[in-house]
Amino acid sequence: MKDKIINVLRFIGLGFFEPAVRLAAGEDVKKNLTALFQKVFFPIISIFLFMILWNVGAKKLYNVEKDFKIESARASKGEAGVTAELARIESGESTVNSLPAPKAVWSAFKNLLADHKAISVKKKAFKERVAKTNEKREAQGLAAITYTGRPSFVDQIKTSLWTVFCGFILALLLAVPIGMLLGLSETLRSSVNWLIQIFKPVSPVVWFLLVYMIVKTLTLSYDGDVSFIISFIAVGLCAMWATLVNTTLGVSSVDNDFINVAKVLNLSVGQKVFKIVLPSAFPLIFTGLRITVSVAWMVLIAIELLSQSPGLGTFVWEEFQNGANDSNAKIIAAMFVIGIIGFMLDRIMFSIQKLVTFTEQ
Amino acid sequence: MAHIELKNVSKSYGTGKDRVEILKNINLKIEEGEFVAIVGFSGSGKTTLIKMLAGLEFPDEGEVLYKGEPITGPSHERGLIFQNYSLLPWLNVRSNVGMAVKERFKDWSKDKLKKRVEDYVGMVGLSHAINKLPKALSGGMRQRVSVTRALSMSPDVILMDEPLSALDALTRGTLQDEILSIWGKDKRTALLITNDVDEGIYMADRIIPLRPGPKATLGPVFDVNIDRPRDKTALNSDDNFKKLRNSITAYLIKIGEERAKDITKEYHLPELKPILKSKLFQGTRV
Repeated sequence: MKDKIINVLRFIGLGFFEPAVRLAAGEDVKKNLTALFQKVFFPIISIFLFMILWNVGAKKLYNVEKDFKIESARASKGEAGVTAELARIESGESTVNSLPAPKAVWSAFKNLLADHKAISVKKKAFKERVAKTNEKREAQGLAAITYTGRPSFVDQIKTSLWTVFCGFILALLLAVPIGMLLGLSETLRSSVNWLIQIFKPVSPVVWFLLVYMIVKTLTLSYDGDVSFIISFIAVGLCAMWATLVNTTLGVSSVDNDFINVAKVLNLSVGQKVFKIVLPSAFPLIFTGLRITVSVAWMVLIAIELLSQSPGLGTFVWEEFQNGANDSNAKIIAAMFVIGIIGFMLDRIMFSIQKLVTFTEQ
Repeated sequence: MAHIELKNVSKSYGTGKDRVEILKNINLKIEEGEFVAIVGFSGSGKTTLIKMLAGLEFPDEGEVLYKGEPITGPSHERGLIFQNYSLLPWLNVRSNVGMAVKERFKDWSKDKLKKRVEDYVGMVGLSHAINKLPKALSGGMRQRVSVTRALSMSPDVILMDEPLSALDALTRGTLQDEILSIWGKDKRTALLITNDVDEGIYMADRIIPLRPGPKATLGPVFDVNIDRPRDKTALNSDDNFKKLRNSITAYLIKIGEERAKDITKEYHLPELKPILKSKLFQGTRV
């Protein structure tokens, strides 16, 4: 039981809970307690320290901005202006747009979730309302009426994940086969090396514009969601380089011993590639894919922001433009959500990597 | 006609100034069913020699003949047992051996292939570990798998490149016996490369020292006239064995000394002075 739990924890990348499980099973108290302190207790303390630092810093910044507003009111309208300004700040009429404190972010996050609930209820009601009409429309061969209201925060997350997923699949389908070809042929590798070296460091923004130029022309007669197509292709192209380079490296640096085995066994070229070269390059390919997922998630926000395809990037941008009292708090809440999702994606890739790759020793 | 024949074989690596002649004028004939051991110092070109027989390398001059035909590449007829096992770490024992069997007997049914794999793995006593990955096996077990992989393809010739040199003495002994018993079953031709004179005498019909490279050549042939099956303990007090071992060892020592004498180049060491670190860093070396 205990070993099973530990194995599961390790597999999903939560190995740091291992000492707690061992402790609960009554194993070597002193050793596990030390490990528990090191792996769980101190990280928690550091989270608290971070919160305190953030809180203090946010208060300081808030005061700086508030003082500035009051001072400028005093300069223009004298003491009466100060009282008026204080009242306006109190009522929220004049916003102090500084870094929000943790508490404000937390309540903004709760608001976002409440908002999601409200929108979900609305959506459901809408669906019920139009169900009959839609049936009729379907019978008449017309398109169904869909909900076109504002998407909730959770909807934005889902859209973003879908975009990243599509981008990742595109990167996988492009980078792994091309990387294998490049790894196998030195001629090919040296002939396209310039292309890789030049395109690899290009910024996501430029990638977006490049993809925009091409896809826009190709989809002139298409009336679907072009912004989504543009953003997932741009995400895929930005993120595929790590996989491409790693696959090339993995395939081109197969252990000579394995190649000799393939020769002695008289394997055909296809078998050599799929039974020897590819498996032995697996660890490197997966390292590349892991980086690709991280990069895809990272550039996604910027690309969504530019393409106006719905998602977290657009959410952040709209909130910034909005400039309401809680906009900054919402942005920071989104930032944490983005970070945590990125972390989870990396963990998932890590688990898959462990599952499919071999270790020498 | 000899089963395997090397005629005036020379082999070198590199070009221009970096060119190193590894083997020079190697002549060797191995008859069918014979067990020949080649003994030599490390770095004398033993591996190059066996790679040429396996078809992984080709001579610069001379000919490597198998059944009278020049060798053009690797073949199932000549099984090679690697020094470092070379098992595929992502495949378990069954698949490692299975891959070879499937390649050799392409028209066999699945059941027949499976049975062959299990029989051969059983032959080296690894049935219990058939589903394990190489990383879960000890060095001796890994080499057993490697031996099985080569033999499961029923090669006419077994080429062994220091197969036991990385193993401990006890495992070595058992594996020697296992290889001998498999070889004895249908008397395949075998060529063993080794750096252990005792191993050579225990296993082979003939022992040929390889004079150290560069420009390595084969030394005089020592015939081992000891009846099979040989008993290791009895061998230790066998006069024939002692005499043979002494003469081979004496020969090897002699050529070793000759090689040392040949090195006339003087090495000038640069004048180095120790850099004294400040007190602060002294004694902190790990």
